[in-house]
Amino acid sequence: MANVNAPRGIQAFLEQHILALLIVTALVLSIGGLVEIVPLFYLKSTEEANQFPEIVWEQVGVTPIVTVDAEGNKQWNWQPGDGIRPYTALELAGRDIYQREGCYLCHSQQVRPFRDERERYGHYSLGSESMFDHPFQWGSKRTGPDLARLGGKYSDTWHRQHLYDPRALVPESIMPAYPWLDQRMVKTNRMRWRMLGLRAIGVPYSDEDIRHAPEIVANKTEMDAVVAYLQVLGTMATLQPGVDYRQ
Amino acid sequence: MDTTSDQIAERKYNFDVVRWFTIMAVVYLVLGAAIGVYIASELAWPALNFDNPYISFGRLRPLHTNTVIFAFGGCTLMATAFYTVQRTCGTPLWSEKLARFTFWGWNAVIVLAAITLPLGFTQSKEYAELEWPIDILIAVVWIAFTLNFIMTIAIRKTKHIYVSNWFFLGMMVMIIYLHVVNSLAIPVGLFKSYSLFSGVQDAMIQWWWGHNAVGFYLTAGFLGIMYYFVPKQANRPVYSYRLSVIHFWALMFGYVWLGAHHLHYTALPDWTGSLGAAVSLAMIIPSWGGAVNGMMTLSGAWDKLRTDYVLRFLIIALAFYAMSTFEGPVMALKTVNALSHYTDWTIGHVHSGALGWVAGISIGAIYHLMTRLWHTKMWSEKLINVHFWLATIGTVLYIISMWVAGIMQGLMWRAYDSFGTLAYTFIESVAAMHPYYAMRAIGGTLFFLGAVVMLFNVLMTVLQSHLGGHLRQARAGTLAPASA
Repeated sequence: MANVNAPRGIQAFLEQHILALLIVTALVLSIGGLVEIVPLFYLKSTEEANQFPEIVWEQVGVTPIVTVDAEGNKQWNWQPGDGIRPYTALELAGRDIYQREGCYLCHSQQVRPFRDERERYGHYSLGSESMFDHPFQWGSKRTGPDLARLGGKYSDTWHRQHLYDPRALVPESIMPAYPWLDQRMVKTNRMRWRMLGLRAIGVPYSDEDIRHAPEIVANKTEMDAVVAYLQVLGTMATLQPGVDYRQ
Repeated sequence: MDTTSDQIAERKYNFDVVRWFTIMAVVYLVLGAAIGVYIASELAWPALNFDNPYISFGRLRPLHTNTVIFAFGGCTLMATAFYTVQRTCGTPLWSEKLARFTFWGWNAVIVLAAITLPLGFTQSKEYAELEWPIDILIAVVWIAFTLNFIMTIAIRKTKHIYVSNWFFLGMMVMIIYLHVVNSLAIPVGLFKSYSLFSGVQDAMIQWWWGHNAVGFYLTAGFLGIMYYFVPKQANRPVYSYRLSVIHFWALMFGYVWLGAHHLHYTALPDWTGSLGAAVSLAMIIPSWGGAVNGMMTLSGAWDKLRTDYVLRFLIIALAFYAMSTFEGPVMALKTVNALSHYTDWTIGHVHSGALGWVAGISIGAIYHLMTRLWHTKMWSEKLINVHFWLATIGTVLYIISMWVAGIMQGLMWRAYDSFGTLAYTFIESVAAMHPYYAMRAIGGTLFFLGAVVMLFNVLMTVLQSHLGGHLRQARAGTLAPASA
C-alpha cells in the first residue's frame, strides 16, 4: 500500500530539494500572468484609438488644453467631443479627490455593451477612453449608478447640491454626504508636481498645461474640482452610433 | 492533545513569535469584523456616515478589507506558517531575529494602514490601497518572512518537504510577484502616487492582483493551514497524497489566469476575458480536489465532529470552500457574469469565502494552536461551540441576504416593461436593497459577536496558563502530563 502513494520521479526530487521546488513553483506561477498581461501592451487591437485615431484629440501634447491670459481669463482650446485628452489641472484635482473619498468603491466607470446599459447610461466604454487614467477607475460594484457617461447629464448646481446632501435631491439615496468639499480649497502648489509625475509615465501634458496649472486651480474649492471631473466623464470623444469600435 | 510532545516542541522550537501572531490575529479579527459591521450599517442607514470624512464609507471600506485580509489573514498566515514549518521540518526557525522583525514590521504596516486610510491616502486599487512608502515596507517584511521560511526548510531534519509547506511557499512567491508589479507607481508626494499603468493594462494588472490575492493569499496559504491542522486535529493522515500533488500543481498553474473574469464585457479585449473564464471553469477540479482531500481525512472518524468543536470549524470551513469554489467558476461564465457583475452577489461570494472558508479554517487552527502554545486546555470548550454557531449562522445570513440582493439588482437593472422601456430607475433598485442590507448587518453582527467570544476565551486561556505556570513549566520541561 505504501508504495502506491510513495512519491516518484520529478515530484520526489522537488519534495526533497527546496531550491528546485522554489524555482519550478516560481516558473509555473509566472505563466498565466505573462500570457494574459504582456500582449495587452503591444497588441494593436487593445486600444481602439489605433483603429479609430479620430477619437483622440489631435492637439494632444501640442496645444495646451486651457490657456490663461494676464487678466486670468481662461481660453478653452478643446471642446467636448473633440477627442480624448489628459485631464486639466482642475479635473485632475477632482479626480484625486474622487480617489481619496473612495467613490470607485460604489460607482463603476465602465458601460458594458448591453441594451439596458446603453439606455440607462449611454454608449459602451472604450479602452482608449481611459488611456490617460493612472490608475483606471472602472470599479467593480454599482452600489450607485455607473458614472462613465455622467458628464453633461446634470447641471453643475445639481452636482453641488447632491454632493453636499444627496438625500435632499434623491430621498432614497444611501450615498454619504460630502459637505467638507465646499470648505476646502484645492492646494495649488501640488498640481504641477502631480502633472509632471504623470508626464513622466506617459501622459502627454504640454509645458503650457503644467505651467498654467496653479492659475487654473487657484481659488477653486474641492467641490469645484470634483464637479469639473464629473462633468467631463464620458464626454471627451464623439462616438458614432452604429460603428463597431470593438470586434 | 499530547502534552509530552508539545513540551518537547516548546523546548526545541521557537514559538514566541507564533504566540504573538496568534494573539494579534484574534484581535484583528474582532477589529476587522467591527469595521465591517459598521460600514454594512452605513449602507443600510446612511445617517451613520455622520458627514464625517474619516468614517465615511469610501474611506472605511478599504480599512475593513485591509484589516481582515492583511491584519487578520496575515497574522494567521504568519503564525501558522512559522509553527508548521518548524514542526514539519524538525528544526527551529532559521532566524529568530528575522521572525521578530517580521512581527513588528507587519504590525507597523497595519498601524500605518489604520492611520492613512481614514485620512484618504490611497492608490485606489482594491486591496492594494496603501500608498507607496507602506508598499515598500510590505515588500521588505514579506521578503523577510519568505526568506526565513525557505531557509528553515533548507535546514530541515526531515527528508521530504511536507505538503503544507508547498502551499505556503507558492503563496509567498506569488504575493511577491503580485505586490511588486501591481504597486509600481510614480510618487508625486509623500502619500500620493499614480499607477505606472493606465486604462486597460492597469485594469488587467489590478485584477491579476485582485483575484490572486484571493487565490494565493486567501486560498493557497489557507490550504497550507488546512493540510497541517485538519489531519492534526482529527488525528488521521491526509486522505490522499496523490490528490494533494495534483491539486497543488493545478492550483499553482491555474489560479493565476482567473483575474480576467473580473473584466467581462469591459474594454478588456475579449480573448483575455474568455481565457480567464475557461481556466476559471477548469479550476473547479483542483479546488474540489483540495476540499475532498481535507474532508475525507475524516473518513472513519466522522463521529469526532460531535464532540470536537475545533474540528467543526475546520470541516465547515472546507464545506464553505467547496461551495464558494463552485460558485466562483459559475460567476466567471460570461452569461452569469453579465447578471452578477457589479451587484451584491459578488460581495456575498467573497464573504462565503472570507467568513466561511478563510475565517473558519483560521479560527479552527488558532484554537488548535492555543492549547499547544500555552500548554493548557481552552478556558471554555462551551464558548468554542457558542462561537461556532454565532459564526455559522452569521455567515449564512450574510450570504443569503447578498444572494437575494445581488440577483434582484441584476434583474431590476435589465428589466423592461411592456412598452419596451426600462422598468426601473436605478434608485428604485437602491431602495429595494434596504431590507437585505439590514439583514446583512445583522448577520455580520452575529459573526462579530462570535469573534468577541473567541477573543475573551483566548485571553482567559492565556491568563489560565499564566496563573497555572503551564508555559513556564513547559519551557523548563517540568510540566506534568496531568496538569494540562
